Amino acid sequence: MADNLQLNSEGKLRHFLTIEGLNKNLLTEILDMAESFIGMSEQKVKKVPLLRGKTIVNLFFENSTRTRATFELAAKRLSADVLSMSIATSSTSKGESLLDTIRNLQAMYVDMFVVRHSISGAAHFIARHTAPHISVINAGDGQHAHPTQAMLDMFTIRQIKKDFANLRVAIIGDILHSRVARSQIQALNTLGVAEIRVIAPKTLLPAHVETLGVSVSHNLTEGLKDIDVVTMLRLQKERMSSALLPSESEYFKCFGLTEEKLKIAKPDAIVMHPGPINRGVEIDSKVADGPQSVILKQVSNGIAIRMAIMAMAMQKQGLA
Amino acid sequence: MDQIHIRDGRIIDPANEIDRTGSVYIADGKIISITNEPAGFKPAQVIEAKNRIVCPGFIDLSTRLRDMGHSRKATFKSETCAAASAGITTLCLQPDTAPVIDTTAVAELVRELAKKAGYDQVYPIAALTQKLEGAELSSMLSLKQAGCIAVSNANEPVKNLLILRRAMEYAASHDLLLMFRPNDFWLSNNGCAHEGAFSTRYGLPSIPEAAETIALAQCLELAELTGCRVHFGQLSCKRSVIKIHQAKKYGLNVTADAAIHQLHLTENDIAPFDSIYHVLPPLRSQTDKQYLRHGLANGILDSLCSDHQPHDIDAKLGAFPETEPGISSLETVLPLMLKLVAEKAITLEQGIASLSKNPARILRINSGALTPGFSADVCIFDPERDWQVNSDNWKSLGANTPFWGRTLKGRVTCTLQAGRIIHCLEEC
Repeated sequence: MADNLQLNSEGKLRHFLTIEGLNKNLLTEILDMAESFIGMSEQKVKKVPLLRGKTIVNLFFENSTRTRATFELAAKRLSADVLSMSIATSSTSKGESLLDTIRNLQAMYVDMFVVRHSISGAAHFIARHTAPHISVINAGDGQHAHPTQAMLDMFTIRQIKKDFANLRVAIIGDILHSRVARSQIQALNTLGVAEIRVIAPKTLLPAHVETLGVSVSHNLTEGLKDIDVVTMLRLQKERMSSALLPSESEYFKCFGLTEEKLKIAKPDAIVMHPGPINRGVEIDSKVADGPQSVILKQVSNGIAIRMAIMAMAMQKQGLA
Repeated sequence: MDQIHIRDGRIIDPANEIDRTGSVYIADGKIISITNEPAGFKPAQVIEAKNRIVCPGFIDLSTRLRDMGHSRKATFKSETCAAASAGITTLCLQPDTAPVIDTTAVAELVRELAKKAGYDQVYPIAALTQKLEGAELSSMLSLKQAGCIAVSNANEPVKNLLILRRAMEYAASHDLLLMFRPNDFWLSNNGCAHEGAFSTRYGLPSIPEAAETIALAQCLELAELTGCRVHFGQLSCKRSVIKIHQAKKYGLNVTADAAIHQLHLTENDIAPFDSIYHVLPPLRSQTDKQYLRHGLANGILDSLCSDHQPHDIDAKLGAFPETEPGISSLETVLPLMLKLVAEKAITLEQGIASLSKNPARILRINSGALTPGFSADVCIFDPERDWQVNSDNWKSLGANTPFWGRTLKGRVTCTLQAGRIIHCLEEC
């Protein structure tokens, strides 16, 4: 099962594949450890020797700027040696399977894989088939999970709101295709928020979405009432061509976050977005760059969170 | 051919409403009598069947044996051996072989390969359309004359309803049975999991029940329009059972089956991303499973099939959506049927009928019964014997079964095909 796969026999983090199966204590431990790294980035010497001598391979089968850069920086700040590889999904067109790619890299004595892949379950698959000493960190797999993104979002929320207990969080947009949303929902439920509300047209919601432990609204104006945290999701252009939505402009009209609509939420509500932003599609520039936006804070926090998770996953080996 | 005497077994033959302890007498490859010893009977072999059940050999309506272009997955030799060890004496082979069964040459090759493997009763199912492309009709009559027992487009879509209508009209003209797995290509949208809590949680491309029920409803309408006999295969959900029930009540000439694993496994049984559970149609909900069981118990579903799809290791080695769907399932048919009986979903007689009498009726073949004069296809099994699904016991080259490592109850001890012993677990 997922939870057994990512924890060792003592319940310590071995891989980081999904939020599912991780308890509140462990999530809090990650947040606390990230807290200890947060000041570091502003110091003159931005490095700790926690992972000195370790080799980390960033394996990106799918494009990414932010996630890849922050993982690379996080690894370097932990003093690890980092190899970043962009492998177009078409590398399989050369006939090499995912497993062969992994086994070849494994033969180069690496200690950790950070993996992004366009297929749900890819990180689990790799974790199941790598040597026991190697840790696998999921940097996003298909529509399944993006747990480090969810954790940096939790970190950002805690930084500002301090406590999760009474929060009402809205997640707005393409939930169906969003690994970020799935991981956020699991993390928020584990940390015990008061309510998670997903707001989207039916075409962008998975069937039985309520089984994830959320309430559902198809109307942004109604859905934003009493909300403390507004999370916007990126809308991919291909959603129009696959007949999920009529047009960007109609989407913006119904679900785009404007200053006016944001006023419906609580006055101290914060606005988050995992990036990259589509200005004028899901979010108005005035909101994205406005005082309630914490979007760039999320990016900065990404480094600390990823440092914490990598350090913890290596700790299990007693090597860190 | 030798005379064989099977004695002291509990004979269950649903077609002849027999359930009693006694003997089966076989000569020249045929059943010659049950219970009463024929005059001058001198058996060359006596099979002791004490504490065993003796029933008609099983008939499987949907099998893949691979071989030809897929011989790295499995061979006729390995899979017919697996079938024999599972008490299955007749196999219907889906046309999605490589090459496709759309010419008489391939149909003949299939029969020849089966004979060479020492297993006579493999019926090829002819492709409904050329190359299964869903566009042009196959030469159905020639294929029928070459030994094909029905027509099917396997899991491939037929381009549009007009082509399906014409294919059904043509099949009906030659009194051919259409075997149809209802699946709307667009609604299933390259999905790999049931559209439910599981696919939502794990972000897997999902297949709604409507992908099956809409295709089923369309084909039912065309069955009425064209008069084509249709057998619906591998149904997976509640609403399909309801639709078949209504169609039968209405008087349509249709029959249906489900793959036996669908009556045991649901989406809740899937270990996250474990590709061994990747199967089409996907494992559905608990309610769907209950309805399939209910449908079988009430005769709405006529039979069970294995939907056997052996794979090599590589086919299942990857992230869930990228792996090949299918379960290697011939050898678990009997224990899974007995499990339905043990769980009181069906009676033993119903279970045996769903694997013998009923598929024989669907195919219109003189088989699936211990009627004197019929080919001596007999399955003898020990209903109480436990065995573990492991490499010592497993015959199929495909080890892709969710039941791997589990201990199952019910083991075939002896299988006869046309009076010839094709499997024997111990000295008989």
